[in-house]
Amino acid sequence: MTETGPADRPMIRLEELTKTFPGQQRPAVDALTLDIPEGEIVILVGPSGCGKTTTMKMINRIIEPTSGRILLDGEDVTHADPDQLRRRIGYVIQQIGLFPHMTIAENIATVPKLLGWDAQRVAARVDELLTTVRMDPAEYRGRYPKELSGGQRQRVGVARALSADPDVMLMDEPFGAIDPITRDRLQNEFLRLQAQVRKTIVFVTHDIDEAIKMGDRIAILREGSEVVQYDTPETILTHPANDFVRDFIGSGASLKRLNLSRVRDIELSHWPTVPEGTSPEEALRVLRSAPGSAVLVLDAQGRPRRWVGATDLQRADGRRLDQIGMHPEAIVEPHATLSDALNELITARYSVATVVDGNGVYQGVVDIDRITEAIRTMRSDDQRTARRGLDEASDAAGSRWS
Amino acid sequence: MTASTDWATVRPPGTDPARGGRWWPWIGRLALPVVLALVLLALWLYVGSQELDSIEARSLTAETIGETAARHVALTAVSTVLVVALAVPLGILLTRPFTRRYRGLLLTVANIGQAVPTIGLLALLAVAFFFLGFWAAVVGLVAYAVLPVLRNTMVGLEGVDPAVLEAGKGMGLSGRQVLRRLELPLAVPVILAGIRTALVINVGTATLAAYINGGGLGTLIVAGFSTNRFLVSLTGAVLTAVLALLVDHLAGIAEDVLKPKGL
Repeated sequence: MTETGPADRPMIRLEELTKTFPGQQRPAVDALTLDIPEGEIVILVGPSGCGKTTTMKMINRIIEPTSGRILLDGEDVTHADPDQLRRRIGYVIQQIGLFPHMTIAENIATVPKLLGWDAQRVAARVDELLTTVRMDPAEYRGRYPKELSGGQRQRVGVARALSADPDVMLMDEPFGAIDPITRDRLQNEFLRLQAQVRKTIVFVTHDIDEAIKMGDRIAILREGSEVVQYDTPETILTHPANDFVRDFIGSGASLKRLNLSRVRDIELSHWPTVPEGTSPEEALRVLRSAPGSAVLVLDAQGRPRRWVGATDLQRADGRRLDQIGMHPEAIVEPHATLSDALNELITARYSVATVVDGNGVYQGVVDIDRITEAIRTMRSDDQRTARRGLDEASDAAGSRWS
Repeated sequence: MTASTDWATVRPPGTDPARGGRWWPWIGRLALPVVLALVLLALWLYVGSQELDSIEARSLTAETIGETAARHVALTAVSTVLVVALAVPLGILLTRPFTRRYRGLLLTVANIGQAVPTIGLLALLAVAFFFLGFWAAVVGLVAYAVLPVLRNTMVGLEGVDPAVLEAGKGMGLSGRQVLRRLELPLAVPVILAGIRTALVINVGTATLAAYINGGGLGTLIVAGFSTNRFLVSLTGAVLTAVLALLVDHLAGIAEDVLKPKGL
């Protein structure tokens, strides 16, 4: 159940961790043992009431365990000073809990100030973190939480949790109360951020899709925080341990697997592109010699600028390419999942998702053929695995009969 | 106050409040003092137009009126300061988890303080304990005004968003830091509203101090009644009313100014 690769050093180790709330017979968390490897996102997922939140809150001792041990980076913190312990652990909750009477800068500066950083270092850190979560420090530093949108508040919540550069972060349904579109964007941004900062993260959710998307490893829990399966998302989708896991994943496991492959893992399709200064006639010539129904106009840095269709070009009337057609849409980055790309391309005018790198430079496109190809590959892999089981079984049968 | 709150919420994020926006509330805030000044002027003109006999003339000198008014303000101020010093810490204590058991009991005691009429309490202090004068009046006022401040302190502290407290605790703020940096500032608007109520109650009730030789504007009212001089009672009553309205108004401004930004 608690297998970890030999190379992975557990950053957090829970040993026989148990919590029985006063007045309750059954423990909410019953002798849970779990290793959380350094630098990974481990998702605790399970039906409501399974004890996942209690488990997480015992790590920073918001809830005190009844028995068992918590080891943080090899050090037993079960009885350490809770306030000191919590300053080493970033904490993000669903309701965010920004301090409404403090500015964004003051919110983020809370822990660094507690740790006694000097004012200059604190100010620099605040600006750095705001930039990291893609908010302009000059604009947002002095604002109050009520002046931000829900998505912006959650970014500040994440920035605040990262403020003292903790090794470990605990996140309790951090994107649960945000509208689906913003949630998707925040999830992607968070993955991009995690790729840079490599924190050890314990992430609680009840949403298996979020778990598959966000997790390096998923612990599927049931009542009493019993670990039913603790594995990578791939293995959980392809080899669910039992019916409980199968039920919990629900239908559409193969569609969910589109969440596991990322755009950077597949070969991109090419699309006719022209530089910004090209004349409409020239663009038309390019378009005639290529299969698509539109050309993508790129600016001097190679970033998508406009989509210009054949009809737009014919009615250009001497206007420049950047004045006709439409804004680039359906743009995804290489770390986006195929599921994201599929979502984008379905609604896109020219049925492709445009892929750009971190600097916004055009890389290629994803079309429906690429996605089907990816699904076909997954399925043939599956079949091969299934066949292998079959072959071994018949081998065994054969040897018995012979 | 409502007006200023709306201003704060309505203005689009990021824009500094317009110059007009910053000054507009102050124009509203000046209206009431102007009206009160006009009332006092009318009173002065009316009293000045009357023939005063010797009793009236003695009661209505600028010196007597000034003294009684100052005494009244002193009674109100001292009792309110004591109420705040007593009720706010008590309210904090009663919202800590370890005092949950005593919460009901102490609230009942505070309720009794407000249920018993102040005049009865003052009479009791005077008759049973021979306790008279300024400080006896203060005791009566404090007993009466503790409840609103205590109750508002508790309501204010309990009304703080639990998510904010959990976030604070989860970040490693100690219990005391959570109280000082999060709970109290966030409860300030509600606590101030309680203090404002206590102030207004005290201004009105302080007139009763006259019965136990505690001084204040009540002296004019009581003296006017006992000597059958309507003009003296009227002066005392109008001055008390003007003072109550002014105190309420100033307290309202204090609420606005002291309210933490961002709420």
